[in-house]
Amino acid sequence: MKPKLAVFKFASCDGCQLSLLDAEDHLLAVAGALDIAFFPEATSRMRAGPYDVALVEGSITTAHDAERIRAVRRDAKCLITIGACATAGGIQSLKNWADHTDFIRAVYATPEYIATLATSTPIADHVHVDFELRGCPINQYQLIEVIQSLLAGRRPRTPSHSVCIDCKRRGTVCVLVARGEPCLGPVTQAGCGAICPAYDRGCYACFGPAAQANLAGLTARLASDGMRPGRIAQSLRTFNGYAPAFREESDRLADGRDRVDEVRR
Amino acid sequence: MTERTIQVEILTRVEGEGGLLLKLRGSDVERIELRIYEPPRFFEALLRGRPLEDVPDITARICGICPVAYQMSSVHALEQALGVAVSPEVRRLRRLLYCGEWIESHALHVYLLNAPDFLGFDSGLDMASRYPEEVSRGLRMKKHGNQLIEALGGRSIHPINVAVGGFYRSPRRDELERLIPDFRWCVDAAIETVRWTASFDFPDFSRDYQMVSLIHDTEYPMNEGDVGVLEAGPGPDGGRGAERIPVAEYERQFREDHVAHSTALHSVRVGTGRPYLVGPLARVQLNWEHLSPTARELAREFGFDRTCGNPFRTIVARSIELVHAYEEALEILGSYEPARPARNTYAYRAGAGCAATEAPRGLLFHRYTVDEGGRVREARIVPPTSQNQGQIEADLRAWVPHVATADDATLARQCENLVRCYDPCISCSTHFLNVRVERA
Ligand code: SF4
Ligand code: SF4
Repeated sequence: MKPKLAVFKFASCDGCQLSLLDAEDHLLAVAGALDIAFFPEATSRMRAGPYDVALVEGSITTAHDAERIRAVRRDAKCLITIGACATAGGIQSLKNWADHTDFIRAVYATPEYIATLATSTPIADHVHVDFELRGCPINQYQLIEVIQSLLAGRRPRTPSHSVCIDCKRRGTVCVLVARGEPCLGPVTQAGCGAICPAYDRGCYACFGPAAQANLAGLTARLASDGMRPGRIAQSLRTFNGYAPAFREESDRLADGRDRVDEVRR
Repeated sequence: MTERTIQVEILTRVEGEGGLLLKLRGSDVERIELRIYEPPRFFEALLRGRPLEDVPDITARICGICPVAYQMSSVHALEQALGVAVSPEVRRLRRLLYCGEWIESHALHVYLLNAPDFLGFDSGLDMASRYPEEVSRGLRMKKHGNQLIEALGGRSIHPINVAVGGFYRSPRRDELERLIPDFRWCVDAAIETVRWTASFDFPDFSRDYQMVSLIHDTEYPMNEGDVGVLEAGPGPDGGRGAERIPVAEYERQFREDHVAHSTALHSVRVGTGRPYLVGPLARVQLNWEHLSPTARELAREFGFDRTCGNPFRTIVARSIELVHAYEEALEILGSYEPARPARNTYAYRAGAGCAATEAPRGLLFHRYTVDEGGRVREARIVPPTSQNQGQIEADLRAWVPHVATADDATLARQCENLVRCYDPCISCSTHFLNVRVERA
């Protein structure tokens, strides 16, 4: 029997699940090898669990979703989070630092209709996660690798070194050293193929913190290049800002002369 | 009299999470709600205090299918606030990038999301066994759209190369020129697509729309123009009969209301309170004269030079836009000159700016206020799907009596099919859509 695949969405932009539909050359093969049992963005046929593999996109931002992810976990033999929203809380986790009522008011005229939690949290804060794919969005080839290794019954292999190393491999001139562009590549997990520096801009860490990233070292360097601590903290607080390594360093910096509120204002 | 409640918990083959609720008494619709339960992500709020350079990267994350649209509306609005002009080369490159997004998004919708409804399948993938040629044609068309975004933007989802003032780097000529042979193939494939979709069996259903799209004097609108409003009526128009509203007036002419069943906001025209239609059907009819030559011929052949109020036929309009996007992209690719510099510099100043561009699904309005330190003070974003939501509900109300004798499952399916024609993007509209049908 073909393994049953399900794709679930929580608070997200759909970009990560779209990566699967964007794998045009592999799509029909994947659809042939797997039993796509639940993937509402792609098919109207929906079958109940249990599923062999659940791909989970998005973060938890409502009480209802906090319940729903438990049900997904109960139904899934293997649960894989796809992307920065699911693994770190996503860009919407910026509200974890802010006054939530203000946030609702900024968008909706009648805030009393909106039921949402004050926080955006990663899936692993709620249930056990078997494997995670980083990136905002994930890299299509990494997703295919994960699906193929599951089909072959081996553990997926994804890199844990930094973007910096991939720049060297690509032969990209370092934007930090050569041009003084602030770049988070030294502390960001590889996986994208080191795209940004190849387009003459610093990495903004959409793949989240690399293992054993020397954050204090990089932020000291950025500070000595003239960046204010508040601004450095802010640059860590983006798509993976709530990932522990980035969160701790940004909080440390924001507690200094630049206060959290100044960062926010 | 029988009362029925029909509920579609999860709308499928749409972007994001929504449902539909229908309450019927006999064949009378008592209640209809497009429910958007996609959790809100509060983009306008989280942009406050961020450096304006972050805005195109952050707003891109509103939607994985149309990130370029968010990047385009945001950079244009910010450039207006800063008083920075972009070079003609940058302007062309932005159009090229937008072509890539229209292609990727339209090909996805036509082949994988919408065509299955007309051919009786649950998904585009299921269609592959009966329609192998069509499905692989669609996938290849989509792939080349993605490759274009990748060449220009670094990657196809959330491209990284769009900056306030231009691009971080102009692509080298060889990076773009190698796409040309595939794009030639794509023009023919897109013409085939128009003929194929036009041959589908469309329900006899028509609405008197108030159609809204950007209009521009010399080109098919993408990045700029005035807001054109065309009231449905007989006869050829081509935008001539359209009312023109400067983009800066948008917020005075259109209003968003917050309704309880939705985390999206409903748009209406100020004054009349009438909902309106944005997207390919409106765009083609307001602008058919400025389509590329082949696309214009096809528009005329299939009747889009006159008023077409059948939402089901949007798939044909979308296919015509595919022809246009490939032809325009080819034209730009063939005469490409890298922009030097890739990006104009600017000085910070306090101010406000707004812009509208045409996302694949329709008009996308952004407004920002920035301070003298280059930080965002206020942001406002009005996505296409929230503008369409009121119209979708009104159309469902009109559509249900046509199919009310069907059993619940068929009725639900028929309603879902209609909703899909607008290619709703629910992630965008939360600040934005749920189809449940209650038969009272
Ligand atoms: S991680 Fe990024 S690309 Fe993926 S769903 Fe979240 S916002 Fe979208
Ligand atoms: S270089 Fe950094 S920001 Fe750019 S795509 Fe890669 S991980 Fe994301």
